[in-house]
Amino acid sequence: MNPTVQTLLITLVILFTLLNFAGVLIWVERRVLALLQDRLGPNRAGPFGLFIIVADIIKIFTKEDWVPPFADRKLFILAPAIILFTVLLSFTVVPFAPGIVVLDLNVGLLFFLGLSSMGIYSTVLAGWASNSKYALIGGLRMSAQMFSYEVFMGLSLMGVVILAGSLNLTQIVEVQRGMWFIIPQFLGFLIFMIAGLAETHRMPFDLPEAESELVAGFHSEYSSMKFGMFFVGEYIGLTLISAMIVTLFFGGWLGPAWLPAPICFFLKTFAFILFFILLRAALPRPRYDQLLSWGWKYLLPLALINLIVTGAIVLMTGNPQPN
Amino acid sequence: MNWMFYIVAAITLIATVRVITHPNVVYALLYFVVSLLSVALIFYMIGAPFVAALEVIIYAGAILVLFLFVIMMLNFREEHETHWLRKRIWAGPGVLCAALLAVTIAFIAQGPMVSGFYRTIEPSEVGNALFGPYLIAVQLAALLLLSGLVGSSHLRRHERGSLLRKPEGGDSQ
Repeated sequence: MNPTVQTLLITLVILFTLLNFAGVLIWVERRVLALLQDRLGPNRAGPFGLFIIVADIIKIFTKEDWVPPFADRKLFILAPAIILFTVLLSFTVVPFAPGIVVLDLNVGLLFFLGLSSMGIYSTVLAGWASNSKYALIGGLRMSAQMFSYEVFMGLSLMGVVILAGSLNLTQIVEVQRGMWFIIPQFLGFLIFMIAGLAETHRMPFDLPEAESELVAGFHSEYSSMKFGMFFVGEYIGLTLISAMIVTLFFGGWLGPAWLPAPICFFLKTFAFILFFILLRAALPRPRYDQLLSWGWKYLLPLALINLIVTGAIVLMTGNPQPN
Repeated sequence: MNWMFYIVAAITLIATVRVITHPNVVYALLYFVVSLLSVALIFYMIGAPFVAALEVIIYAGAILVLFLFVIMMLNFREEHETHWLRKRIWAGPGVLCAALLAVTIAFIAQGPMVSGFYRTIEPSEVGNALFGPYLIAVQLAALLLLSGLVGSSHLRRHERGSLLRKPEGGDSQ
């Protein structure tokens, strides 16, 4: 097949799968949360309440799409587009299976980090452009939170980079054939997971939208599909973080031989998504200053120690992977 | 390749000019982000993907978010800027930029372009250069950053002792 056509095909399949998957996740999350809280959750429309997805989509598209007159119109419209754009673009470097990757970039990991830091602008601008105090507080919290957690999100991954000797995600997966990086890089995994959760601003790190204090935080003024884009962006972001954890620490598509690679990747990713939903049900939201001091006082030093120790061990044993 | 470069370069220039001239400071900052992103793209095109990625992560992603944070806290409005941006203030920077442009044109006109040396620089090469021949520069930069950190921490500490004393025994960690 023509390589261009093939890439285009892969891109379309990934886009189609992701956007639908985000829809399904809405149902999954509501059902699993209900299960964990001893409720039933949506169970009326269709089998297992699955048609709630369709109902939700119809509802969200037919609501009035309102831009408040006091808002900064251009940025107000731009903000929800940024989050979807950056999150979807991040998936271009994720290797789903050998050969099934849109962009096999040699600095793929940095590409992911760069895009995740660009995603901040979405929430921050939404908060500012709404020109309302709750949204502004949400945006301010977001910028401080993301800025802090991004620092050691990058640092926690450097151990993986040292062990793999590459920033290319496909190579990082290939190197894990002998042993998944979860074993030598357990600390890095924990830090990356916490930082990733903070970057997707999900419970328990959803301080920018903390509904009990800030109405809905940065998206208080949003309605209809503009709100929907934040919503879908959050679910795709959750999928992205899970996919990155699987790629970097759990051997990506590697698995038992009888299981096709993409399915193996999907199962692992889905396990992490379920875990994150469980976290949402189980953990309370920390106070804002606690969140920040936690990051700077504990996670950052731990990430640095992880980096130094990994570097020292690789130097001592003298077997960095061939580049 | 070349026409792509010129498009990106044009975007960079327009965005940078708008950074200076836009009356609304948040929009100016966004143009700054665009400018940095297009510079990153130029780096990528001349074969330095690592620098391009760092440009996005550090400048566009971290430092400008910090700027935005401060601007949002101070809540600037447009009136100030339009008041400050009079025609007269352009004279000085304009002359300097014109001189710079003349030098650049002369420079381009006399020598061959760098495109003959085109080669992709791997991240490990950047690392080897930084921690090999340029180690002292890295150390000095680290020292500078550390002194900034210690300084700001010191200022903050002074303020805290006099203004925001925590309630007794209520240390919450």
